[in-house]
Amino acid sequence: MARALVTVPATAKRGEIIEIRALIGHAMETGYRPGPDGKILARDIIRSFSCRYNGEQVFAAELHPAISANPYIAFFTVAAESGTLEFKWEGDNGFTQTETARIAVT
Amino acid sequence: MKTLIAMLAMTAALAGGDERKSGAHFMGASTQAMQRDDTQNPAMLWVGDGAALWTATAGQGKSCAGCHGDATVSMKGVAARYPSFDTHSKRVINLGQRIAQCRQTRQDAPPWKPESRELLALESYVALQSRGMPVAPPGGPEVGLAAARGKAVYFQRMGQLNLSCAQCHDEHWGKRLAGSTIPQGHASAYPIYRLEWQDMGSLQRRLRNCMSGVRAELPPYGAQELVDLEAYLAARAKGMAMESPGVRP
Repeated sequence: MARALVTVPATAKRGEIIEIRALIGHAMETGYRPGPDGKILARDIIRSFSCRYNGEQVFAAELHPAISANPYIAFFTVAAESGTLEFKWEGDNGFTQTETARIAVT
Repeated sequence: MKTLIAMLAMTAALAGGDERKSGAHFMGASTQAMQRDDTQNPAMLWVGDGAALWTATAGQGKSCAGCHGDATVSMKGVAARYPSFDTHSKRVINLGQRIAQCRQTRQDAPPWKPESRELLALESYVALQSRGMPVAPPGGPEVGLAAARGKAVYFQRMGQLNLSCAQCHDEHWGKRLAGSTIPQGHASAYPIYRLEWQDMGSLQRRLRNCMSGVRAELPPYGAQELVDLEAYLAARAKGMAMESPGVRP
């Protein structure tokens, strides 16, 4: 399993705009690079990222080979209610990773 | 006469000022922000792995924490004191070699390859504990001798381009080499996450990188020549704040 770091404010006021950050360790091998033996290395990238806030999708992204290794994604959402944010990365070779974070909205 | 004395005093004051600048000084604002903010710094992925390795048992069932306890206490300032003289192998070694040695002799575990993810992870985690502390190379004749040998390497022209480290990093820092600004070459942020590598790397990887840039013969990882150079760079950066684990372009 890869290591991922998600940053969500622990508390927020209702209606407040909050910044969410998600960083994950992944090689993002493009599929265009030759390896040490001169043969092209097979593509191995994360292809999608999504964030669900209490089950509702609030952000999603498609990732492509030009995105760097260890992709960092930051975005904003509105703090609506207390609950859980679920982050999901999916990619080549059956790669899938889920992280969750809790937020308390007052 | 009085003006002359005042001017002389001013020159002396200027000469006494610290003109040393960390590599971070020469980076773009976004790269600086990436290093400053742990939630953006990709090196923190390695730090997380390192923290897990610190408490994991290896070999004969011993973990780093088993002997050294809490790294945030016991490893404080340790990375700032490397390279150091190792009484066991009777030579000056760097932090990565120290970790590798501890792993082999104390944990009785199979060694990690230089630049392996595990070694860099543990090195990053240990180095993080010295962040903000001054680079403090240890005294002692052995480290002094290593630094003196390293200094000779630093000023030695090498490779097909026939350049020494000093020609770029002492004489032309702040100017450009192709699109990049030449920094002063202070090694106070290692191991670093280098955007060009899209990966974490040790100081030795960076040194070999520069050597391959001037088309010189590359010493293998762990070569005494590289450790000596590290010892000189530590002496040269003495007192500068540690930034480990840093981000560099």
